[in-house]
Amino acid sequence: MNFISKTKADFKVVGTRVPRPDGVDKVTGRAMYGADITVPGMLTGLVLRSPHAHATIDKIDASKALALPGVKAVVTCDDLGVPEDASLRDVQDNCLARGKVLYHGHAVAGIAAIDMATAKKALKLIEVSYTPLPHVTDVDAAMADGAPVVQEGRADESVPAGSHPNVTTMQEFGHGDLDAGFAKADKIISRSFKTAATHQGYIEPHACLASVGTDGKADLWCCTQGQYFVRELCAGIMGMATSQLRVTASEIGGGFGGKTTVFIEPVALALSRKTGRPVKIVMTREDVFRATGPTCSSSIDVKIGMTNEGRITAADAQLRYQGGAFPCETVSMGAQSAFAAYDLDAVRTQGWNVLTNRPKEAAYRAPGAPMAIFAVESVVDELCQELGLDPLKTRLLNAADAGTKSSYGPTFDQIGLKATLQAALEHDHYRAPLGENQGRGISCGFWFNFGGNTCVSLNLNFDGTVGITEGNPDIGGSRAAISMMAAEELGIPYEKVRTIVADTNSLGHNDVTDGSRVTFAVGLATIEAARAAIRVMCERAAKVWGIDPDAVVWEDGCAKPSGPNAGAFDPMSIEEIAASASDTGGPIAGHYEVNAEGAGVSFGVHIADLEVDPETGHTQVLRYTVFQDAGKAVHPDYVEGQMQGGAVQGIGWALNEEYIYGEDGRLENAGFLDYRVPVASDLPSIDTVILEIPNPGHPYGVRGVGETPIVPPLAALANAASRAIGARMTELPMSPPKLLAAIMAKG
Amino acid sequence: MKNIHVSTKVNGDEMEFICPPDETLLDALRGRMGLSGAKEGCGTGDCGACTVVMDGRVVASCLVLGAEADGAEITTVEGMSTGDTLHPLQQSFIDNAALQCGICTPGILVAAQNLLERNPDPSETEIRYWLAGNLCRCTGYDKIIKAVQIAAAEMRGA
Repeated sequence: MNFISKTKADFKVVGTRVPRPDGVDKVTGRAMYGADITVPGMLTGLVLRSPHAHATIDKIDASKALALPGVKAVVTCDDLGVPEDASLRDVQDNCLARGKVLYHGHAVAGIAAIDMATAKKALKLIEVSYTPLPHVTDVDAAMADGAPVVQEGRADESVPAGSHPNVTTMQEFGHGDLDAGFAKADKIISRSFKTAATHQGYIEPHACLASVGTDGKADLWCCTQGQYFVRELCAGIMGMATSQLRVTASEIGGGFGGKTTVFIEPVALALSRKTGRPVKIVMTREDVFRATGPTCSSSIDVKIGMTNEGRITAADAQLRYQGGAFPCETVSMGAQSAFAAYDLDAVRTQGWNVLTNRPKEAAYRAPGAPMAIFAVESVVDELCQELGLDPLKTRLLNAADAGTKSSYGPTFDQIGLKATLQAALEHDHYRAPLGENQGRGISCGFWFNFGGNTCVSLNLNFDGTVGITEGNPDIGGSRAAISMMAAEELGIPYEKVRTIVADTNSLGHNDVTDGSRVTFAVGLATIEAARAAIRVMCERAAKVWGIDPDAVVWEDGCAKPSGPNAGAFDPMSIEEIAASASDTGGPIAGHYEVNAEGAGVSFGVHIADLEVDPETGHTQVLRYTVFQDAGKAVHPDYVEGQMQGGAVQGIGWALNEEYIYGEDGRLENAGFLDYRVPVASDLPSIDTVILEIPNPGHPYGVRGVGETPIVPPLAALANAASRAIGARMTELPMSPPKLLAAIMAKG
Repeated sequence: MKNIHVSTKVNGDEMEFICPPDETLLDALRGRMGLSGAKEGCGTGDCGACTVVMDGRVVASCLVLGAEADGAEITTVEGMSTGDTLHPLQQSFIDNAALQCGICTPGILVAAQNLLERNPDPSETEIRYWLAGNLCRCTGYDKIIKAVQIAAAEMRGA
């Protein structure tokens, strides 16, 4: 397949499967994660959390805890400043509750002691008087008249008058005449769906070590997806100048969006400031479940009209997401994503964010999109069933393409959806036979991708090797990808480049590692930084040769005279230029700073085969294939890994994972035993097909790949289950009791 | 209660330490012996990130007391490689991109090594069930299973 592109297409390093630079550290136990650092004089910090779903805090008495030998300090929200910025205030109030606890697990106080045993003992001695309040944890219940109000006065101007105070935002996207569109349809299906909140489930709990000096200068080591954002949040909460807080990101043991904000870091800083000693806090797994993450749970209505030939004539969706106890805008991304895969004349999506007595939602891989697309792709699948249409061909007939006005507004540039659908249609998985009680489901998926603020510094060493400093934690193999793009551009071997992740004082601001932005944006900045260094190297060679710098070109790691008129000089290698740098003007470097745009949207298509046991409702995923456009796969192994890992997280979301709340508003399954993520024996091999439709917004055509893979599995598995049992599944997770109930109900 | 004196052998080295009676082996390894390769992911034996081998058995070191290590032989991920020579499993994990964030990797390597000592030629299903106690949230397990199969074949000289 040929694609028109101005991007580079012939590569030597990019596209190969080189070993990862952090590999040896990670297979030998040498890598340092959040909880692995210790320093002399360090205290152990713990956080006291609310046993109630909703209550006023009447009094906190820490006197008994402080009287225990070895206890050095207790902090509450009173030990922090009060930021004017409402969003910063929300982050702060989530880290240490102010006046009210808003969910089961909400942090109330922090304690620092000489060791864990003392800290645990002391935590039980902090006396908190609460007055319990009525609570609400379900999104539809929270919008109903008379529902308990989680927070007063948090609705923004988008919310229509008369809405329940728990509604904080309302957004609408779309174009065209819906009534006229539905009038053209031969078949209209309306369905309602519900999805449970799921947790990112990173294996590494949040951990940090804070050290504040008496001069006010502070250092923070933490596992995070964005050390610069941590610095801004913590400095704001602590009332410090940003420059006085240096944040270093540890190796990160998974994040998936869930480590893009702070939970314990301001508490550790406040305890360190109060004690004058370093304080380390490591969350327990129970606290991770109770007080971080999860994604939104949702309630969604979808209505789609289709002709007998399979053309969608109109599409409408209402999305209600609960984002927990503080306002969030994830529903906006859900509403924008819902119909993004389709070229539609008439489309509308409306989204409401709703407060509940649950932990504040944190980003989780393509936040907001999986559940929206689950609902839409389920209705598309049902229409195909009802009209006797092939589900892949029907999607191809309606697929968005270059030039399509998207359902959320912008017109698409070069995109890979049709190619991806075509690849799925031609794959042998799509034609493989199925047995009894088995179903095949397919779904499209979409994610925006992102660029954002990015800085890269590239330094040429005197031996001709290269050091790169970038500002994003390596969460998905980015050090390898960055080194590869630098090697590619410079024309040197990959092994001659070492990429490190900077602390916040060593490089300018970098946005959080989210939006699948790193390989795209940091890669783009790396290529430009390499080009800046190449310009300097060409100038140095020109200086040595006594010719104009414009008469020098860079090829295969060497400066060369450009043509016969430039003079007959032998090529000067990067090693020679580096070795003489001292004599030609000094050290050589290249920098690039950008707020990167042109990330390029991403599409994927998944095919899932599922068997449902009609006696028990137990499911077994039999076969699974992921098709996705990577733009350009810089390291195909890591792209495949993202596709496989995202698919499996989606499989967990579809089949097992859910936050379960009791009538008392308490989370009942805050552990990996009862919150069941997929294990190796649950799964088949996850097959992958990478497509490469270059993104014109990147010099090498790269698109983000990390988030799209979690979008299609929810619908792919729901469609597979629905076809296997002959009844439409509309609630996730499709745990055995729900499937069994659906089987029994159809008789 | 009084602290307990423990004599043990870790990765072939004689080690002694003193710990409270309720301290886990995981905390003793990480806090007293400086071996931070084993990680705490859950503290309840459900994730496998803290997997070590104790007297030939795969254990979740968060569920074993440090005191129970007295007289035992323990292998952690730090004991898998020799100098700059990686164990074939370690090398295979790098070669086959079987790790992403890497936090589960030490536990999975230790568990996989123990499997291959018991069964040098496990089927894919056997590997999947053996590693079912080791959660990985990044990879979807696919490349992990393949890396174990490839290392097993290499170790058999196949």
